Amino acid sequence: MPRNGGLHCPAGGFDVDPGEPAPLALITHAHSDHARPGSGRYLAAEPTVPFLRLRLGEDIDVTGVPFGETVRLGDAGVSFHPAGHILGSAQVRVEAGGEVWVISGDYARQLDPTSEPFEVVPCDTFVTEATFALPIYRFPDPGRVAEEVLSWWDACRDDGRAAVLACYALGKSQRLLAELARITDRTVHLHGAMVQTTRLYREAGIPLLETAAVADRPDGTDFAGELILAPPSALRSPWMRRFGDARTAFASGWMRLRGPRRRRAVDRGFVLSDHADWPDLVRTVEETGARRVLVTHGFREPLARFLRERGLDAEVLATGFEGEVED
Amino acid sequence: MRAFAELFERLDATTSTKAKVAAMTAYFGSAPPADAAWVVFLLSGQRFKRLISTGDLRAALLESTDLPQWLFEECYASVGDLAETLALLGTAEGSGDPDDLPLSRWIEERILPLRDLDEQGKTAAVLSWWGALPRREAFLLNKVLTGGLRVGVSRTLVCRALAEVAGLEPADVAHRLMGDWTPSATAFEALIAPDAEANVHSRPYPFYLASPLEGDPGELHGTLGDVGEWQVEWKWDGIRAQLIRRRGETFLWSRGEELITDRFPEIRDPAAHLPDGTVLDGEVLAWRDGAPLPFSVLQKRIGRRAPGRKILADAPVAFLVYDLLEQGGVDLRTEPLWERRRALEALLGDGPFLPSPEVTGADWGELARLRGESRSRGVEGLMVKRRDSPYRTGRKKGDWWKWKVEPMHLDGVMIYAQAGHGRRSNLFTDYTFAVWRGDELVPVAKAYSGLDDAEIRELDRWIRRHTRERFGPVRSVEPEQVFELAFESIQRSPRHKSGIALRFPRIARWRKDKTPRQADTLEQVTTLLELYGAGGGGE
Repeated sequence: MPRNGGLHCPAGGFDVDPGEPAPLALITHAHSDHARPGSGRYLAAEPTVPFLRLRLGEDIDVTGVPFGETVRLGDAGVSFHPAGHILGSAQVRVEAGGEVWVISGDYARQLDPTSEPFEVVPCDTFVTEATFALPIYRFPDPGRVAEEVLSWWDACRDDGRAAVLACYALGKSQRLLAELARITDRTVHLHGAMVQTTRLYREAGIPLLETAAVADRPDGTDFAGELILAPPSALRSPWMRRFGDARTAFASGWMRLRGPRRRRAVDRGFVLSDHADWPDLVRTVEETGARRVLVTHGFREPLARFLRERGLDAEVLATGFEGEVED
Repeated sequence: MRAFAELFERLDATTSTKAKVAAMTAYFGSAPPADAAWVVFLLSGQRFKRLISTGDLRAALLESTDLPQWLFEECYASVGDLAETLALLGTAEGSGDPDDLPLSRWIEERILPLRDLDEQGKTAAVLSWWGALPRREAFLLNKVLTGGLRVGVSRTLVCRALAEVAGLEPADVAHRLMGDWTPSATAFEALIAPDAEANVHSRPYPFYLASPLEGDPGELHGTLGDVGEWQVEWKWDGIRAQLIRRRGETFLWSRGEELITDRFPEIRDPAAHLPDGTVLDGEVLAWRDGAPLPFSVLQKRIGRRAPGRKILADAPVAFLVYDLLEQGGVDLRTEPLWERRRALEALLGDGPFLPSPEVTGADWGELARLRGESRSRGVEGLMVKRRDSPYRTGRKKGDWWKWKVEPMHLDGVMIYAQAGHGRRSNLFTDYTFAVWRGDELVPVAKAYSGLDDAEIRELDRWIRRHTRERFGPVRSVEPEQVFELAFESIQRSPRHKSGIALRFPRIARWRKDKTPRQADTLEQVTTLLELYGAGGGGE
C-alpha cells in the first residue's frame, strides 16, 4: 500500500495524500506535507476544498464530499470523517473486500473551536500518526494556554513592546484567534501569510477575534503593545524590523521541551498543538477497536512497539512523511 | 523555591547577557541572603556530589509510573536531559506547591540530608517531592540533584550582577568567590559587603585567560604593532594552576578551582622554599629531562589523589611559572607584566621552579616560523602577552593572546549519529566518523561541533531518512556524507580500534563535493602520526 510517499489503494485506484502526482488523490487536509500539487483529480472533505484551492490553485479538479457520505471508487467504498486537526481535516475510511481501513491523517482530540471534533471510526486497520508519540508529550488545557498568551501580551503592553507570536499559518493561528476570542476583544495583527487562511475560517462561520493585516498599516506605524501572529520563518526575517525591540514567542507542541524552546531563541514557548499527545494517541487506537495498526509520521517505532507490547498487531509504515520537523 | 524558579525561567528565556545580568541583579537585590547564597553557588556552576545516583532517580520514576524501561530511555534520548525527562514524566501538570519552602531550607533540610538516606529512603523522598511540586520546580529540583544548571550563566556574569548590587568592581567579587566559598547568609553578606572581609589565606586570584589570535602572520604587525612590545612564550599543554605560599602553608589550585596540592608532591614540597606571601601562576606539565611529555601522560596523574612511587617515576611533573601575582603578601596584579616578569626571574633565580622561557623572534614572521615547530616541540603554539599589561580577570580581549598551531585535517565518513543534549536535544548533533582500511570503515573520531544551525537541521533530516539500524539512542547511517575534520594532535592508542586517537576533533566543513570513496584511508592518517606524533608517542 505505501507508494510515492503516500498510501495507495489498488481496489479503489486512488492514493491518499500522495507525495508525487497521482491520477486520483484523496487529501486528508490542506497542510503542504499532505496536499501536494500535480495530481489529476482531487477528492476531499467538503470544508477542505476552499483551502485546497487556495494552496494548489483555483484551476485544480477537486470534488468535495460531505463528512460521513460514502462514495464508490472502483471496488472500494470511501468516506471522510472529522479528524479534529484543523478545519476540514479528515480521516479517510476505506471499505473493500470486507475489510475496513481508516487512514487518520493528522488528528487531535482536544476540544478545538475551529475544527470539527474527531470522530472515532471503528475499523480493522487503523493508520495512525505519531508526531508526538512519546509519553513526555502531554498537552495542557488549551484554555489555560490562551490565558498564558493573554497575560504575556499584557506584560508586553506594559513594557511598551510589540508581541510577535509565531505559529503555523493554517490552523494554529486561527485556533489562537478563536481561543483568545473567548477572553478578550482586542484586535490582533496578522502577517500576510495568514490573511487568506483566516478569511476562509471566517467564511466558514468560525468566531475569531478581529484582525488587521500588518501590511495594511502605513509605514512607521508603532506596534508597541500589539499582538502580531506570524509564521515561524518570519521571525528570522527583515520583516521583523518594523516592530523594533519586540518580544517573541512560539506556539507549538514542540514547546513542551526546553531544548527546542531554547533553540528557537524566542522569549516564550506556548504548548499548543493540533496533534494528539501520547495519552490521546494510545486512547484513540484503543477506541477504534482496530486489530492492526500502522504507524506513520514522527516517533513511529516507540508507538508501534508500545502497542505490540499491549497485544496489538502494530508496525511502522514507511511513507515519505518525516513528521513535522520544526518548521 | 518559587522565586528561584522564576529567576531560572527568566535566565532561560533570553540569550542576552544584559537581560541575564538584569534578572540576577533584581533577584540578588531582593532575595533573603540565605537563599541568594545558594543561588550564587548553583549559578556559578558548582554542584552537589553523590546526593542520589541517576540509577536511583530512574528507579523512582519507573516505580511511580507504569512505563516500560525502554520507553523511558526513548524519552530520555529525545529530551537529552535527565532532569527534564524525569520532570515531564514524573509530575502532573499544574500541581501546586503548598508550602513554597525557601531555597536554603530546601537545600539544607531536604536535599543535602539525602546523602545519609538509604536507597529506599531516597526514592521515597524524591517521589514525595515530585508529587508536590509544580513541574518547573520539579525540573529545577532534578537539575540540582543531577548536577549543573547550565542556563547560560557563567561565574563572570554572576559576579557582574553581584557587583552591581554591592557597588563593587566585578573583579573584587570574583576574588572573594574564589577557593572554598561555602554558601550561607553570612557568606553572602560578606560577598557584597563594602569592605573586603578578613582575607582567607588559601584563596587564589581569578585567572586571566588569553583569547585566540587569528589571522595571517603578515597582518600581525598591523593589528598588534611592534613585536618588541610583546612577551612571547610557548603555549604548554598541561593544567593551568595557581601555586600559593602563605602563612607557612602551600596550596595548588587548578583553573577549575580544585585543590590539587597533594596530587603533585614534586610541586608541593619544593614550594615550601618560596618566601611567605607568594602566589605564582603557571602550568603543571608532565616533564622529563627538560622537555614536556604528552598530555596523555599527565592524564595518568590527574585522578590520583595520592600518587605512589611507580606512577611518580613513570609520569613525572614540573611546574612552569608564567607570572608572579603576589610577593611579600602584596597583590602585584595591577603592575605591568614586564615588572612582574623581572620580579619573577629574580625570585626564581635559584629555584625551586623554572619560569616559562621567553621565545624571541626579530619579527612576527620569525615567530610564525617558530610556531610552525610547535608540534615537534610538544607544545600547542605560542602565547603572546603585552609587556605592559596588568593581570586581568577572566577572558578580557586585547592583552593576552593564544596563537595556536594550525589544526591538522582529515576527511572522514559519518557512520553513527546520536542526539545531542541541552539546546541541541531532539536533534542529531553528535557524530562518529570513519576512514577506510581496505573496504572497511574504521571509526577514528567523534565530533560535536563545527556545523551551523541550518547545517545541523539539514543533516538531522538526512539522518532520519538514512538510518540503517538503531542501538538505543545511537543510529548507524548510510556511509555517504563526508566531512573534513580538524584536530589538534594525533597519538597512538591501543584502546581504539583504529589504533589512533585524535585530540579535540571538530567538523571543519561538510564536504558535499566528495563521495565516500574520496575520504581518507587509515594509512594516510597514520602518516600524520609519523610526521608529527613522534614526540607524542606516549602510549
